[in-house]
Amino acid sequence: MREALDQWTFVLAAYAIGVVGTLAVAGWSWLAMRRAEARRDRIKRR
Amino acid sequence: MHGFANPTRFLKLARWLTPLLFGSGLLIAVVALAWGFFVVPPDRLMGDTVRILFIHVPAAWLGMGGWAAIAIASLMQLVWRHPLASIAARGVAVPGAAFTAICLLTGSIWARPTWGTWWVWDGRLTSFLVLLFLYFAYIALAGASERDGASSRIPAIFGLVGAINVPIINRSVVWWNSLHQPPSITIGKSAIDPVFLWPLLAAMLGFSLLFGGIVLARMRALLANIQAEARLRRKALEA
Repeated sequence: MREALDQWTFVLAAYAIGVVGTLAVAGWSWLAMRRAEARRDRIKRR
Repeated sequence: MHGFANPTRFLKLARWLTPLLFGSGLLIAVVALAWGFFVVPPDRLMGDTVRILFIHVPAAWLGMGGWAAIAIASLMQLVWRHPLASIAARGVAVPGAAFTAICLLTGSIWARPTWGTWWVWDGRLTSFLVLLFLYFAYIALAGASERDGASSRIPAIFGLVGAINVPIINRSVVWWNSLHQPPSITIGKSAIDPVFLWPLLAAMLGFSLLFGGIVLARMRALLANIQAEARLRRKALEA
C-alpha cells in the first residue's frame, strides 16, 4: 500500500528553508557590513 | 571592469548600489514567491510540489553562478593582481554556500513526494554536494590565509581548480542516468510552460539581485575591516 503524502507539507517546508536561509544570510551580511564600517569610522575619528 | 578594481571607486559605487540591490531583490523575490505559491496552478504530473521550483532553481543557479564568480575573480587576482579580486571572491563564498545548501535541502524535500526517496547518489546530486564541500573548503582556506597572513594565491588557485565541477554539474544529467530531469531551460529555448516560466524568471531575477546586494555588503565589510586594521597598525607605529 502506498503512503498518502500531503504535498503542501513539502511545499511549506521548502519555502520555509528558502526564505529563512535567504533572510538569515542577507541580514547577517548587512549587519556585519554596518558593524565593520562603524568600527572603521570610530578608529578613523580617534 | 579594471576601473572598478580601485577600492575607493568601488566603495563610491557600492554605497548606493548595496541598498538598491537589497531592496529591489527582496521586492521582486517576494512577488515571485507569492506568485508561485498562490497563483500558479498545480502541475499535471507533480501536483502542488511544482511550487518548490521557484525556490530550488534560483538557489541552484546562484550556487553554480557563485562558484563561476569565484573562478573569474580568482583568475583576475592571479593574472592582473587586482586588489579587489580576492575580496570579491571571498564575498561570494558564504552566500554561494548558503544557496547551494538551500538547493540541496529543497531538492531533497522535492524528491521525496516525486521520486519516492530523499536522496540518490547520482551524478547531479553528488556533484552538487561536492560543490557545497568545495565552498566549505574555500571559506576555510580564505579564512586561514587571512588569519595567518599566508598568500591569498592559494585560495585563488583552489577557486580556479574547483570550477571544473561547474560544467560537470551542468552536464551530469546528460552524461549519466539520473532521476533528475534533463535541462529545461537552454539559451533561447524553454521546455517549461509559460505559466511556470514567468514566475520562475522573476524569482531568478529577484534572488540574483539580492545575491548581488549580499556580495557587495560582504565586500564592504571585508574592506572596512582591512582599512580599520591598517589604521590601527599605523597608529601603533606612530605611538
